[in-house]
Amino acid sequence: MRLFVALLCLIVLALPDHASAQSKELLLFNWSNYIPPALLKRFEAETGIKVTLDTYDTNEAMLAKLQAGGGGYDVVVPTGPTLQAMIRDGLVQKIDVAAMANFHNIRPPFDHPSFDPDRAFSAPYMWGTTAIAYDKTALGMTLDDSWKEIFEPRPAVAGKIAMLADMGEVYSAAAYYLGLDTCTTDPAQAQKILELLQQQKSAVKLYSSSGSIDRIASGEVVMHHMYNGAAHRAGLRKPGITYIYPKEGLTLWGDNLAVPKAAPHVDAAKIFINFMMDPKNAAEASNFTGYNNAVAGSDALLLPALRDDPAVNTPADMIARLRPARECPKAAIDLRERVWTRLQR
Amino acid sequence: MTGLSLWRMPGARVIGVAALLFLYLPILVLVALSFSADDSLAGWSGFSLRWYRAVFADDNMLAALRHSLVVASCAATFATASAIMAAVALDRARFRGSSTVEALLGLPLVVPEIVAGIAVLLFFVLIGFRLGLISVIVAHIVLVIPLAYLPIRARLSGLDPSLKEAAADLYAGPVACFRRITLPLIRPAIAAGFMLAFIGSLGDVVVSYFVAGPGATTLPVYVFAMVRMGVSPEVNAASTLLLLISIAVFTLSSRISRRFM
Amino acid sequence: MIRKVALLAPAALWIGVFLAAPLGLMAYVSTLQRGPGGGVIWGAHTADAYVRFLFERDLSDEWVINTDYLRIFARSIWLAGVTTLLCGMIAFPTALWMVFQPPRQRLLLVFLVTVPFWTNLLVRTYAWILLLRTGGVIEHAWAWSGLGTLRLNILYTPWATLIGLVYSFLPYMILPIYVSLERLDRRLVEAAYDLGATKPRMIRRVILPLSRPGLFAGGLLVFVPGLGAFVSPELLGGGKTLMIGGLIQQQFGQARNWPFGAALSFVLLALVLVALVVRTLRVRGRVLP
Repeated sequence: MRLFVALLCLIVLALPDHASAQSKELLLFNWSNYIPPALLKRFEAETGIKVTLDTYDTNEAMLAKLQAGGGGYDVVVPTGPTLQAMIRDGLVQKIDVAAMANFHNIRPPFDHPSFDPDRAFSAPYMWGTTAIAYDKTALGMTLDDSWKEIFEPRPAVAGKIAMLADMGEVYSAAAYYLGLDTCTTDPAQAQKILELLQQQKSAVKLYSSSGSIDRIASGEVVMHHMYNGAAHRAGLRKPGITYIYPKEGLTLWGDNLAVPKAAPHVDAAKIFINFMMDPKNAAEASNFTGYNNAVAGSDALLLPALRDDPAVNTPADMIARLRPARECPKAAIDLRERVWTRLQR
Repeated sequence: MTGLSLWRMPGARVIGVAALLFLYLPILVLVALSFSADDSLAGWSGFSLRWYRAVFADDNMLAALRHSLVVASCAATFATASAIMAAVALDRARFRGSSTVEALLGLPLVVPEIVAGIAVLLFFVLIGFRLGLISVIVAHIVLVIPLAYLPIRARLSGLDPSLKEAAADLYAGPVACFRRITLPLIRPAIAAGFMLAFIGSLGDVVVSYFVAGPGATTLPVYVFAMVRMGVSPEVNAASTLLLLISIAVFTLSSRISRRFM
Repeated sequence: MIRKVALLAPAALWIGVFLAAPLGLMAYVSTLQRGPGGGVIWGAHTADAYVRFLFERDLSDEWVINTDYLRIFARSIWLAGVTTLLCGMIAFPTALWMVFQPPRQRLLLVFLVTVPFWTNLLVRTYAWILLLRTGGVIEHAWAWSGLGTLRLNILYTPWATLIGLVYSFLPYMILPIYVSLERLDRRLVEAAYDLGATKPRMIRRVILPLSRPGLFAGGLLVFVPGLGAFVSPELLGGGKTLMIGGLIQQQFGQARNWPFGAALSFVLLALVLVALVVRTLRVRGRVLP
């Protein structure tokens, strides 16, 4: 019986490996649930390029795989700070997005971000913010738009809070609240952040970056440190879930499409990236993911629920509160890790 | 031979059945939820097969499922075969270096998955090994060898040595001795080792993520990334299907083996 | 002798080439400087990673002992140990019960024990969350069966982590013990009973010694991987405390510190080796006159 299985394996493996260098193929490495399958099918129909999709769940996972030499992908989707690191380390190649046909659709400030000012390496994909979502109906009150609500919670909220299990996001939130630099290299400031987080810990039910939508929609927590797209989807499931733009500041992050150094099908990658800068396609992606995009003209094609949700469509008076995400220097990351480990020991 | 009357060991039955129930409790929940009409996990809102339809419409998931089964079968087979040989060689072995080899065989258990994943990837890149499904199988064989080895070793060490001596006295060569005497006696251990290796491979996420080539995603990696949004009932439906497949395989193989007994 | 080497070759070579060699590479990595965005700077050496395990610079820039990582290691060892113990206590009677079944049912039971593990651990752990949370399935079932109301406050505590860990590793303890006990000759047991042996005596003198290799194998299969487990502590424990598995993962992820992650794994490896060597020496001391 075992011999039979062994032979079967050999036969299956001997089957031709169709990952050859035809230009009619695209190997996409994306976040899970981050691009509609229907859109990929339409791309295949329009261009004749077959798309293979592999997924990852964090920037770090994708980065680690590429840094270790793995991959062989044509398009990856890093968030801004990660892309900055990848450009610096030579992990992505120049594809001159600014010269592409659809580039004129990109609206500022996404056409010249700090991590890729000339848009030589990447095109914008989805963008979003990270802040607090709470269940207004369950609590029966409106909360202030301040990080204080999560770091020094009211009695009704304490014990029913979920924080993201992401050291960067939690650290930044604390830094915003205390008015400190999110990339601080001053140990005394890091100590203050640590103390705030330690003091908050007893009021936190759990730290988790997954399943946030279900967690707040089912009532397991009444307040969640959350991404705005997730808050939007939670609000669809349970009306009353409200997103706060804290006055002390909140992170604005953007995901980008980039091409790794050793991509086998660069032409197909460029066609795909240009395709995604078309308003119709960007709108379709937004409607699927629940996040906003950077392409002008897509607004008209967004689902009304998405367009009218202030969590996703940031109101003009809140834009000043957004702080673009930054890649911190080694010393700052080090301090952050030490604070997080001390918090979790 | 009939089973020993269990009233002599009543505690064993209670705990045994309780243990099985414990193992199946979450399974019941997830199978039930795979039929729930609603997207949310908060409760039951009616019977529906939509998630099963979604699974069959999801090419990526089906491909991942196929990959997982192929990898697990191949890896478990090679691992169990080499584990049997190693266990026989190390049985009652007192040669120099035998404990080092035993430690080597247990090494995959100690290494944290992420370290193993990145280390093997770095190594593959260094030697120019092309990433694909084969790289996953190669890595999995390494990971599950100890899972197959330990039960077989445990069983072998409990065997009565006089049986082998008797066979040798009757002029049976070592190969015949193994085939006729040892092998039948350790058959349950081989089955157990194979099963442990199989589920070990099916369950591996981190190493599979790192060493897989494009398009060679396995099911756990696919599910892991999906779970960020929350476990959708589609994942539960896929898991239930996997359970059904396992039951089908078992029934089939026990039918076949009974035929050839 | 040559035959023995030939038999060992496949397994040993496979692991040697595809794990030991990569680990050697990792050992080299642990001596390198970390890259600014993760990864390493090949060729730039430093002992930073190992120093970091025990020491850190405090606010006045002095070197002080840092117990954070030691505590995380201690907690993981403790948790893995308790898990192994609980698994053993549950698995031993279960294996015994399985052994006493008629032969055809025994293979079925072996299969049944592993079937749940065909599904992804993450999915099963999420099912545990649904079971254990307040307002979850267990609470509902309790109320529905008329036993009154039950408030479960077990989720996101170390107890939930323990349940999750025991759950994840139980078959790895059941099967090796079962495989050892299968050698039990029921006629001997019956004969012993007929001659007036009591149950505890039976267990102590006959069954337990027989199961020893299985217990050891199962113990290894639970304790060692249990040290590096991270799914249960993260999901069921609420992500509030770090275990070794999560800590090391973190180094390759957000902490962007590969050398430290590698160093931590080698500390772990050293610990396990030391424990095994100690055990082997004690056993050898007892066996040899």
